[in-house]
Amino acid sequence: MSEDIKVDQEIKLPAADQLVLSSSPHLSTSDTVRKIMYKVLLALLPAVLAGVWFFGLKALLVIVSCTVFCVGAEALWCVLAKKPVKNTILDGSAAVTGVLLALNLPAGVPLYVPLIGAFLAIWLGKQVYGGIGNNPFNPAIVARVGLLIAFPALLTTWYAPRNFNKSFGYDNFVTFEQRIAVEKGEKKLDAVTCATPLGLVKTAPKDELSQGFFAHPQMLKDYFIGNRPGCIGETCVPALLLGFFILLAFKLINWRIPVCYVGTVAVITAVAHMISPAFTPEPLFHLLTGGLLLGAIFMATDMVTSPITPVGAIVFGVGCGIVTAVIRLWGNYPEGVSFSILLMNALVPLIDRYCGIRPFGYTVKREKKEVAK
Amino acid sequence: MQDIFVSIILPAAVFMGVLGVILGAVIGVFAKYFKVESDPRVDLVTELLPGANCGGCGKAGCSDFAKSVVSGENSPGKCPVSSPEQVSSIAQALGIDAGESFARRAVVCCGGDMEQMVRTPNYNGVLDCASAVLVSGGPKGCSYGCIGMGSCARKCPFGAIEIINNLAVVHRELCVGCGTCAAVCPRGVIKMVPADADVHVYCNNPEKGPDKRKVCKVSCLGCRKCERYSADMFGTNGFLASVKYDADKLPTASDVEAIGCPTGALLTVERHLQIETNDPEYSEDENK
Amino acid sequence: MKINNSAALSFKGGIHPSGDGKNLSSAKAIESAPIFERYFVLLGQNAGKAPEAVVAKGDAVKKYQLIAKASGFVSANLHAPTSGTVAGVTTIPGPMGVPAQAIEIVSDGLDEAVEPFSAIEWQKADNKVLLDRVAECGLVGMGGASFPTHVKLSPPPDKAIDTLIFNGAECEPYLTADHRLMIEYTDPVLEGAAIVGKILGVSNIFIGVEINKADAISELQKLADKYGIKIVPLKVRYPQGSEKQLINSITGREVRSGGLPMDAGCVVQNVGTAKAVYDAVVKGLPLVERVVTVTGEVVAEPGNWLVRIGTPVIKVIELAKGVTANPGKLILGGPMMGFAQKSFDVPVSKNTSGILLLSKEVAVNYGSGSCIRCGRCVSACPMHLVPCLLGCAIEGERYDLAAANHVMDCLECGACAYICPAHRPLIQHMRRAKAEIRRRNAK
Repeated sequence: MSEDIKVDQEIKLPAADQLVLSSSPHLSTSDTVRKIMYKVLLALLPAVLAGVWFFGLKALLVIVSCTVFCVGAEALWCVLAKKPVKNTILDGSAAVTGVLLALNLPAGVPLYVPLIGAFLAIWLGKQVYGGIGNNPFNPAIVARVGLLIAFPALLTTWYAPRNFNKSFGYDNFVTFEQRIAVEKGEKKLDAVTCATPLGLVKTAPKDELSQGFFAHPQMLKDYFIGNRPGCIGETCVPALLLGFFILLAFKLINWRIPVCYVGTVAVITAVAHMISPAFTPEPLFHLLTGGLLLGAIFMATDMVTSPITPVGAIVFGVGCGIVTAVIRLWGNYPEGVSFSILLMNALVPLIDRYCGIRPFGYTVKREKKEVAK
Repeated sequence: MQDIFVSIILPAAVFMGVLGVILGAVIGVFAKYFKVESDPRVDLVTELLPGANCGGCGKAGCSDFAKSVVSGENSPGKCPVSSPEQVSSIAQALGIDAGESFARRAVVCCGGDMEQMVRTPNYNGVLDCASAVLVSGGPKGCSYGCIGMGSCARKCPFGAIEIINNLAVVHRELCVGCGTCAAVCPRGVIKMVPADADVHVYCNNPEKGPDKRKVCKVSCLGCRKCERYSADMFGTNGFLASVKYDADKLPTASDVEAIGCPTGALLTVERHLQIETNDPEYSEDENK
Repeated sequence: MKINNSAALSFKGGIHPSGDGKNLSSAKAIESAPIFERYFVLLGQNAGKAPEAVVAKGDAVKKYQLIAKASGFVSANLHAPTSGTVAGVTTIPGPMGVPAQAIEIVSDGLDEAVEPFSAIEWQKADNKVLLDRVAECGLVGMGGASFPTHVKLSPPPDKAIDTLIFNGAECEPYLTADHRLMIEYTDPVLEGAAIVGKILGVSNIFIGVEINKADAISELQKLADKYGIKIVPLKVRYPQGSEKQLINSITGREVRSGGLPMDAGCVVQNVGTAKAVYDAVVKGLPLVERVVTVTGEVVAEPGNWLVRIGTPVIKVIELAKGVTANPGKLILGGPMMGFAQKSFDVPVSKNTSGILLLSKEVAVNYGSGSCIRCGRCVSACPMHLVPCLLGCAIEGERYDLAAANHVMDCLECGACAYICPAHRPLIQHMRRAKAEIRRRNAK
């Protein structure tokens, strides 16, 4: 033994009891939860920039305050629960929740809304379940739905985006008095409150709908670039699509969820539109308005609260699509994306259970036999 | 006013009333035809049991044990937690024999704490004994001793096990002898011994003395000093001394002193706790 | 030779470890290790029953002499790695971290050998003779499981074997022992493969090699026709070398859950075993040495050595000129399935394919973070299980749930734990559950 120890020193091997013991495998990917969250933040950046561009500094204030409050709420929880504060904050999940929440709020909400929202998201939506990875519902959606119920008026007070008065159909979105006030210069455009396309459609006269007014190509163009009233992050489609491709490039999301989600909404609204054009505008209108793309790309695909298996992802996406379409077509609310994702989140354990994958070495027949046993 | 009553209040009241009658009838029918006969004696015994649900009797919990007592499968004395008085009250209530009652206590037969044992401090994995033994036999040098990750302490329903310096130590005054810890321990280092046994061999390694000595300072070397002192009280199993717990007379502190174990593996419970807590004044009575 | 990447075969799932470290030693030719002072031949080297020592303290032994005899059918003989004196059966640190029994031989430095067995002309020989020779020479699977070869080559008569596959995939990162073996011992490997084919009566023989070993593939293909063996290029994907995945890649068959390769009509052997079969049959030499890769970023001169079985690991590390920096981990085997050691005195055994020294920076650092359900382990699992949910179930000690979700089919290949961004110790969980479920079933 003694001679071995001497040799150890010569070739600089450590004492044997200094070796690290762990189970195999001994290598691991360099990817970490923190890197994943930072990549998601990067993917959200285009939508954030677009939101700030269209809605101005009001939007930036909401985004920054949401993020700061969410991180603060997480830190406060960690302190109270005696959990490691620094690591929990640095993993970036609270920041992602904060940004997502902000993108789901209208610009110009008073600052106590982000504050309450942050606590709803982080405390009620995440930490009470045990923190990151254990929450059944998307925290940002929990907060958004909570706020929508608590402050229905504030959460549906939309402001006109930049250059909205030059857009086609501007007259329909704002009242006559407001238009006059802006024209006279008594009121700035971004202080004008107005309706969203989906809200207008809910209350619009049947003949306007059947004439296809809300899906006029000029209007659709505005919807596409994001020059329409709505939540901070939901309006600019190119920015959302850019985020989608960033997420795909980093392999952070399952493409099946957004594709099935959007596809299902398109199919259902297309059928409804074909049966009665006076009932609802054509599907492209539904795809470009409301929070559908934001929800389908960033909210429904949240790793923690979406199914794991490929088949499960398809079921989840289709389910979200059906609920959204039903709420939009027949519900009291003009928009149903948050509700649909929240509802489907609750079903995820069930989906995971029944949409399993066939393990290697099992034939379908054998599997059935085993269940029968 | 009349209209509102006829069109709204009346239908609602009638509807609710009819619904209530129907549901009440359904509940009544179910209660009558699907009634599960329960033995009042089971409830009585369950009430008399301590209700710790520790599983020390081998049943799923106290009510399960109560069922087995009523059915005659077990005698009330099988409950390790109940005091003799509680056992006799159960026996009286049922009018049956109390059965043999055998008070046991758990003891961790290992003295290999951080200072005594060669160990690998760089264990990286699940902090759980059963998982840790799967990684190169665990982070301690000895393959038979306590791993010290506290699986037993977390499972103990009575909070009787403390982890001091990477070694599980049983506080005898809290232990009721349910045996949960002994079932959890992957090394089988926790033994259930008679409650009045005061002296134990704090080593579980059956290998040859020199091999043990390499990994642990307080191992039993198998020198048979204790066996020579009294073959009635001590035996040797391979290279490991053991206390004969079923003997008529159990060793006491004075016997330990007289033997003078060369490594200090043979100790009284109190002395063991004094060493591990590093408190020479430690005594069980004060901590009760 | 140009290898068509898209033509390479593969299975579904698996991972592609980024820095696979093969370049450290893949160009280093195999060198013979010198004779050392002491050898510790472990008794329990094979799957099944450990052999019984037939030498006692003080006996003089010569190289190739039988020192431990198989104690049953599923057991394997052991032979002296060199000439010298038996210092007795001693307890030494074993490769699984627990003390193990080994025959200690003090070398006399002369390396005198006993007369080898007579060479067999295998084309004409009886299968029984060949099988006896394989058993006599103490051959075991050299890939890792160390299952006695003669047992694997005597399938029950009701199992029709139509395909014989040799595993030259060497999908483990860092290891290059099989790679060098296929290049430098091309003919013995192929001839050994042909002998095994003769024993099993199978003419459908494949050698699967991952396409990152293009030189080995071209060497093998030059001579393969002589023996009627097909060389199959495989995609570089871990765990390509796992029996079930290899069969799936090459034949498209799936071994049923809980079944053996023979249930799919296949026998899988390592290329190292093929070379050992050749040595045993054609040269009459028992298994006393094997190729070991000594590697890792911190090793001064990584390389491949032909090492006698029983050599302490520390001596082999010295051959590689020691280390240039402080290693955090010593691993026997590959980085994905090898075992972390807590002693440098562990000896090389028949299945030690590599000695790996990893620095703390390269080695994984398992965390206690929660699963974020990213699902990467699901796409990585070659058995198509759902490791993340299994891990959570096992953490909550829900072994019934884990068993219902097929945890017993887990290969412990480590693909899930490798890919996990939260660095959860998933394989340790799986092992724990498998041990627990086996214990409960045994009750």
